[in-house]
Amino acid sequence: MKNQKCKGMQDLLPADMLRFRRVEDTFRSCCHNWGYQEVRTPTLEYLYLFTATGTLTPGMLGKVYSFLDWDGWSGERIVLRPDGTIPVARLYIENLGDQELARLFYVTDIFAFEGTGKENRERWQCGAEFFGGAKFAADVETILLAEEVIRRLGIKNVELRLSHAGLVKALLKEFRLSPAEEAKMTSRILEGDWQALTKVKSARPEIARLMASLLSLKGKSSSFLHNVRASFPKASRDFMSSLKDFIEVTELLDDLGCSYEIDITAIHGFEYYTGICFQFVSSRERIGGGGRYDRLVPLMNGKEVPACGFALYVDHIMKLLPLEKEKRGESGILVKGKVLTPEVVRTCFAVAESLRDAGHAAELSFTGREKSDYRWVISVSGKEPSPFVLRDCVRKRRREVASLAEIIDIIGTK
Amino acid sequence: MIITQLKHQCVKFALPKGRFLSSTADLLAGIGLGFDGYSDRAKQYRLRSATFSNLSAKILQEKDIPIQVAVGNYDLGICGADWIEEYLVKYPTGALVKVASLNYGQGSIHAATSAQVGITNLNDLSVRKNDCRIVSEYPNLAEAFALNLRMRKFRIFPVWGAAEAYPPENADLVVLWGIGRAHIAAQGLIPLEKLLPVTAFLVANRESLENKDLSQILTCFDSQLGTEPQTSMEQELDICKDMKILCPSWQAREINLALPDGHQQIPAAQFLKRAGLALQGYSEEVVSRRPAADLDWLGIKVIRPQDMPLQVANGNFDLAITGEDWLLEHLCRFPSSPVKKLFALGFGTVKIVAAVSQEMPVNDIDELRSLVQRSPSVVGAPLKVASEYINIADRYLRDNHINPYRLIPTWGASEAFLPEDADMLIDNTQTGKTLEQHRLKVLDVLFQSSACLIANKDSLASSRKKERIEFLTQKLRGG
Repeated sequence: MKNQKCKGMQDLLPADMLRFRRVEDTFRSCCHNWGYQEVRTPTLEYLYLFTATGTLTPGMLGKVYSFLDWDGWSGERIVLRPDGTIPVARLYIENLGDQELARLFYVTDIFAFEGTGKENRERWQCGAEFFGGAKFAADVETILLAEEVIRRLGIKNVELRLSHAGLVKALLKEFRLSPAEEAKMTSRILEGDWQALTKVKSARPEIARLMASLLSLKGKSSSFLHNVRASFPKASRDFMSSLKDFIEVTELLDDLGCSYEIDITAIHGFEYYTGICFQFVSSRERIGGGGRYDRLVPLMNGKEVPACGFALYVDHIMKLLPLEKEKRGESGILVKGKVLTPEVVRTCFAVAESLRDAGHAAELSFTGREKSDYRWVISVSGKEPSPFVLRDCVRKRRREVASLAEIIDIIGTK
Repeated sequence: MIITQLKHQCVKFALPKGRFLSSTADLLAGIGLGFDGYSDRAKQYRLRSATFSNLSAKILQEKDIPIQVAVGNYDLGICGADWIEEYLVKYPTGALVKVASLNYGQGSIHAATSAQVGITNLNDLSVRKNDCRIVSEYPNLAEAFALNLRMRKFRIFPVWGAAEAYPPENADLVVLWGIGRAHIAAQGLIPLEKLLPVTAFLVANRESLENKDLSQILTCFDSQLGTEPQTSMEQELDICKDMKILCPSWQAREINLALPDGHQQIPAAQFLKRAGLALQGYSEEVVSRRPAADLDWLGIKVIRPQDMPLQVANGNFDLAITGEDWLLEHLCRFPSSPVKKLFALGFGTVKIVAAVSQEMPVNDIDELRSLVQRSPSVVGAPLKVASEYINIADRYLRDNHINPYRLIPTWGASEAFLPEDADMLIDNTQTGKTLEQHRLKVLDVLFQSSACLIANKDSLASSRKKERIEFLTQKLRGG
């Protein structure tokens, strides 16, 4: 049959949805336990929301799905949400801006054009944002929350990689590039081309050396950052203050026994990060990431509110979860009509309704072609004196039953 | 002349109308690839090569060539680098390949502004917090420019033409073609940056290049490739000297009226004369984007009729003379738009028709619908419909349950697309002669359209403007 699905889109089949819901339910339950509240933003937003802050790269903005609405004669373009954080920041500013602290989470799809045909153009994210969260304690909170979700999902061999956007920006400043060159270099870095930095000719050999060592060495504790500080005493004030911030986060993680790797390249795609950035990687795939973005809310005309957050990439995580069968065996009940007469069908509906009222899941069948993994099967013949046959699929027993009340009595109420 | 057979398959070439026609014809004749009848007076769109028996060509609007080559309707094409980049910036992974720059064509795409806007360099644009209105015939290039500059808030207004007329009142920035900085300045604009040099380019379809043997044709171009075109400053100044463009002197007026250029200009000028509205700079002889009226409260601008409904909806103009076809096209796209037709003016009457090739075995739209449903292979599924009125065409096809269909937007002369590149057209016709010449038949008349006066509903309701508008419409009713 001809494929009629829109290019770059995906269908989620029952087996996929079981895994999807497992991710979502685990995420939702962890967020509630940490005091986060769920929000949902619309699929359509104004394009300028994403250009106004200057926080998405031209490359990303070139891939948004934007169009004019039916009343768009003013030229105001709208987009299919290309990012999860910016709409939530807008929601916070517009509705919750008076709250000093807001812990919010969401499960959403985001849209971006992808030309190779290998990746989805609609991707799902589980994200949490902490507005007003003070410095390193909030950073560590979001890292540990993300880590808990991943752990409870049972994903193995996950690496936590840490970087610091303020540190990278301060380092970039040390190269003393022209504003245009610096913007170009920032875009290249954010699109993952870190090697570009090693090719920049710097008049200051110590900066090139610092860059090279940060790119090649991967620290495993805060000691590494102390060593960096001691090796480059003449670095700029911005660099030193970012490094101090970075050290505070890593020291707290050390104390809490959370293992990580310091990898300066662990920043991806977004320019709005200002402080610590982190990524979770499993089987060479990024399964989540986040960081601190203190400038975003003020840039969107909100108050000077610091913030941090993360997103877990549901599509990637689902691939790491085992396929599971829908488990019905323990409680599923099949109500089966022996013949397709109005009377038998009516009785079947009444039996199923009573069972559902008693708290059971009850499925109907009139075809005789049902699956076999039920706990109980009730055959309805409508013939007196025993219109029902009840089969216990676990104990492999079969008995004739005279009334609905008797069935409920045997099966029990949930 | 000896006519040789190209190896293997037939090869199709898309050749440009308009600005590059005569230089392209000279080039092709010079390299022995001439096509009979490829001249300014060309009567036919379809041409045959005088050299290769299985090489054919079609004359298309330059803007249409990149997409026609990309979708594989043509193996090769020649058009300006501006239209190629306009396509590639939006569809970088498409099947359009730039083969070589040809050494003719001149000018560049510039970003320009007007002195009154208050922008003096690109940095002003990056840090500007206010909304920036950008008008251009190249909306994709304009958007890429705005994104690369990281402009905070911008709106792009794609226009059919006359982009230079919009700043400062109706746009802050314009992305347009010009020979050089002096040419841009001669239009009363300040050039900010050269975005792209424009020369004629030879382009090819990726698949054709990969699978077909085009070598005999490409070899003909050998001698012409690689040399860069030169436009000297003197040449440019000469051209500017010859231009009769009046530099705009601008001041805010109470009522703004848009008048049409192109085919509509002469009948519109005659109509206004009959109505007793004396204008300087709006006649056959004088081309001014800003004619002057003897009413000091009336501001007038000359723009494309296609662009007027949107500009009136935006409040850039209170009134405009356009066609009913373009008003309906706008209303199909923006159903709640605050634009209203006041009255028809009785000139520029055309019929908007749906037409197909005479060979197609259908006589009306109902028969076409059953044909598309019953035997899609006869018409090719989906049905390809060429139109310059894409929103009218979309609605018409939907309302008539023609399914599936695909629209091919054109820039006029849709008849050139049938029957090879489209199955049906929805376009305007005055007498039906052109359709007849191209062996097409009309299946349906969608509606009749003539010039009309349109107004912005908010302007009509404004106590400040009401009286002046009333005065003007009374005068025009007498035309």
